[in-house]
Amino acid sequence: MERNYRKLWWQHCLAIIGFSVIPLVFINLSLYKLFDNIFIGKMTESLRSTVENRRDAIDLFFNERVAQLYTVANTNTFKQLTDETYLSKVFEIMHAKSTSYMDIGIIDNEGRHLAYVGPYYDLLKQVNYKNEPWFIAVKANGIYISDIFMGYRKVPHFIIAVMVREKGVPWILRVTINLKNIDDIVHKAWFGKLSDAFIINSQNALQTKPRFGGEFLNPPIAPEFDTGTMKSQGYPDYSSVINTKVERIKSGVFDAFFAAAKIHNTRWVLVIKEDPNELLGDLQKGKYWVILLSILGFAVITSGAALFTNGLINRIRDTDRENAAHSDMLLQANKMIALSKMAAGIAHEVNNPLASIAEKAGWLKDLLAEEDLAGNPNYAEFNDSVDKIEHHVERARKIIHNLLGFARRMEPAKEKINVNNLLDETTGFLENEARYVNIQIVKQYADNVPVITNDLSQIQQVVLNLLNNAIDAIGRDGIITVSTCYHEKTDAVEIGIGDTGKGIAAGELDKVFDPFFTTKEVGKGTGLGLSISYSIVEKLGGKLKVKSKVGEGTVFTLLLPKQ
Amino acid sequence: METMRVFIVDDEDDFRETIVKRLNARKIRAEGASSGIRALEVLKEKDFDVIVLDVKMPDMDGIETLRHIKKMKPDIEVIMLTGHASVEFGLKGMQLGAFDYVMKPAPLNELLDTIGQAYNKKRGIIH
Repeated sequence: MERNYRKLWWQHCLAIIGFSVIPLVFINLSLYKLFDNIFIGKMTESLRSTVENRRDAIDLFFNERVAQLYTVANTNTFKQLTDETYLSKVFEIMHAKSTSYMDIGIIDNEGRHLAYVGPYYDLLKQVNYKNEPWFIAVKANGIYISDIFMGYRKVPHFIIAVMVREKGVPWILRVTINLKNIDDIVHKAWFGKLSDAFIINSQNALQTKPRFGGEFLNPPIAPEFDTGTMKSQGYPDYSSVINTKVERIKSGVFDAFFAAAKIHNTRWVLVIKEDPNELLGDLQKGKYWVILLSILGFAVITSGAALFTNGLINRIRDTDRENAAHSDMLLQANKMIALSKMAAGIAHEVNNPLASIAEKAGWLKDLLAEEDLAGNPNYAEFNDSVDKIEHHVERARKIIHNLLGFARRMEPAKEKINVNNLLDETTGFLENEARYVNIQIVKQYADNVPVITNDLSQIQQVVLNLLNNAIDAIGRDGIITVSTCYHEKTDAVEIGIGDTGKGIAAGELDKVFDPFFTTKEVGKGTGLGLSISYSIVEKLGGKLKVKSKVGEGTVFTLLLPKQ
Repeated sequence: METMRVFIVDDEDDFRETIVKRLNARKIRAEGASSGIRALEVLKEKDFDVIVLDVKMPDMDGIETLRHIKKMKPDIEVIMLTGHASVEFGLKGMQLGAFDYVMKPAPLNELLDTIGQAYNKKRGIIH
């Protein structure tokens, strides 16, 4: 039975690939995941420290401002500061080292603007702040930092107000601060090309102008290149953040890291946004390397598996073929042994009664000769019958001799044989018969055929048998090709006997050497010729093979060792 | 000249009896035995020139019988009678001292020739 080598190939190949690639992919994926986690962890950590760092810088800025205000308020008396000339001097000193102050004002407990130094003197001098929210807040808390507003100045600014008491009477020092310093601090967090940083108040309104998208006092919105559409969408609301928060927001094409930290002195929140592609660029590159290496590894494994499997399958196929050939030969040999034993048994059993019949007939003949029966009218009939009995016993004896041809255990003779001469001689026996049915015998001898040592008469018997079969196969009008050649490698002589007969069907080809197998008409062939030839050739150390194609003819090949 | 004494040992009754009759008809003193054991018993009392011994017999086969005969009376020439398949037994018999072997079924003439040669050998005449 032929194995399905293709299926076997795939099974082996896929098994090898599977067992190699699955761990490879697993390791690569887990390594990638591990690196991804580490990397994102690092990123988150660095983002957290950045945002807190910036936040602390802003807080520091506020602390300094507030401290300065307290210093001014406490080192000068209320009376001194309400003098606008004096206040102007103080403001100049404050302003000298910091450009952030825009104006300064002194407000009494009742909300009256007692003194003012700044560009909007006429406008603000008259104002009573008694009912302003910031005035109420500063009276309640002692300090107030406002949200950003545009005010009359049309530039973003905010105010810081502190309340101090002098002899139990509270009064308020208020300054307006422009945004530039805060902006500077916030802008330092713009690391990458796409990163952004801004401050929002408790209503999620922008306090500083972000790098991309969004306007002062409006909620921050994502720029178009982040959303991948023409429409902008809002950023998540971090206005209520108290503890520093770092997160990655992913939805659709939108993917960003956000870090938010509350600024302690105000109700503001500093938000930093980073583009993951920028942050994780190296990791992304790593991902491509992993994929590339995986593909390379896969290619190497696949081609290796294919090559290895090819070798393996070829070896299996060779072994299978050898085994098949071997078992075929073994089977044939076993069949021969069994049959020769059986034939020997039958022959002996048949020979004994045959011997008795022969003796009885002989005895009758003796008696016929002894008695004076010549005068008997039936004498001739008796004599004839006894002769016939003897004749047929002889015939039966010959059949059994033939049957036992392959059971014979005689030592083969060792003679020097010129194979070409032997073939000439043997074909000579049959030339007349062949000519009679118009069969031409073509000889194709090789010149380098050496003299072999073997049993001449047995080889002759085989060749004669093969030639007879060839003639029978053709019947009438055809060509028999008798050829010889010498195989130097195996040191064997090959005799080929080919006919142009009807050929043997593939299904019957493996039976031709079986005893009693015949394609000839009943009574014409015993079916023993080829099986006897086969066993003779085996015994002589040679090989008998057959090739045939229906409609084209049959070639028997006889291989004989030189020695 | 003494007449030749031939002893036929074969388990096939028809064969043995007919051969004995035919030999007798040819002025040969022939006798038969149906087994190796019987043959050895007969041999204790009688003497023969030539024994024709079938190889394949029940109880004691021809080879075994031959050994005993050669021990008892080494002078007697023995011809092994074999079925075709047991040629090697015939050859083995010759190694054990048999004169020759004849294959069954053999024409009487052939057997007579061999018997004659054996007899001549026994008498020391070699043709």
